[in-house]
Amino acid sequence: MIIYGVALLAFCYVTGQILGEFLGKLIGINANVGGVGFAMLLLMLLLDWAKKKNYFDTTTGSGIQFWSQMYIPIIVAMAATQNVKAAVSSGLIAIMAGIIPAVICFFAIPFISRLSKAHTPE
Amino acid sequence: MEIISKFIEKNGLVFAFLVVGLIMFISDIISKRLTNKKIPAAAIAIIIGLILAYIGGRYSNGEKGIADIKLFSGIGIMGGSMLRDFAIVATAMGASLLVMRRTGWAGIVSLLLGVFLSFTVGVFVALLGGYTDAVSLTTIGAGACTYIVGPVTGTAIGAGSDVIALSIAAGVIKAIFVAIGTPFIAKYIGLNNPHTAMVFGGMIGTNTGVMAGLAATDPKLVPYGALTATFYTGLGCLLCPSVFYLVLRIFFK
Repeated sequence: MIIYGVALLAFCYVTGQILGEFLGKLIGINANVGGVGFAMLLLMLLLDWAKKKNYFDTTTGSGIQFWSQMYIPIIVAMAATQNVKAAVSSGLIAIMAGIIPAVICFFAIPFISRLSKAHTPE
Repeated sequence: MEIISKFIEKNGLVFAFLVVGLIMFISDIISKRLTNKKIPAAAIAIIIGLILAYIGGRYSNGEKGIADIKLFSGIGIMGGSMLRDFAIVATAMGASLLVMRRTGWAGIVSLLLGVFLSFTVGVFVALLGGYTDAVSLTTIGAGACTYIVGPVTGTAIGAGSDVIALSIAAGVIKAIFVAIGTPFIAKYIGLNNPHTAMVFGGMIGTNTGVMAGLAATDPKLVPYGALTATFYTGLGCLLCPSVFYLVLRIFFK
């Protein structure tokens, strides 16, 4: 049933996010640390396990698939709710402090990627 | 007319599905007819979204883009953090556990480096802008990480509200820049495989930017970049007001 997939996704989301909240509290900061990441890993592990045990059927999968396909439209909605007006009228320092570090990080990516690939076993 | 607008306000989320669907449809046509598929439809849709956010901000003087216009308040629910994070977790379904396990350490290295590099360059920009006190420098440097790290750090070390506002603005600009820039820069930085996507998520970090940028570049890469990026803000909130601030205090008042 489709709801099983959605419920499984919800279970991973809730568990991961709560873990992230606690981790943030534990290290003393007022933010969720890696909640989405934990949820993603949990979902992958559970799906892996369910497939091996043959508990997994395609309709369950489509309950998750639907939300993963909704991702881009949701991101478009997110873009439409950013405070773009404040950002573009915020002055030169804010613009430079936003763009210059990002550009430098962009160009550091191929080096780190190559370096780490060389040390990753195939 | 009043009946219609009242109805739409009450059914905001469903109306948002319709509006976003139309944006996607228009973007698809623009992508195919005007750019010969060179610019992905998702990238065009995100840019249209940002333009709508600007118009919404101009019109309403609010902080939530188009969602501050009552008629479009449902877009705020659709694009809010709950549905966004729910959908991003779902994308993990298509990701390979093996690849993540193998490149996980590269993700951790890029996270540490990404926070450090963004912070350092941000501090230099703040210096150029004439800030010389450790608190303001740290807050603006933190803003160069993400728009959450900036205010969290600024509040923790007691920065002024003008500097905190500046750090939020810097973070939002970074997110917008990454969202728009990533699909265009992807081929020059080799962003076409899961390994590089994990490094990308760690180096750039801003959730909004990484998720939108990867979605516009190649949806298959989204879960890998998102996995590392989701730790970035937490790491930044941890390092900026503590270690980085203390180091800056040695050099500045």
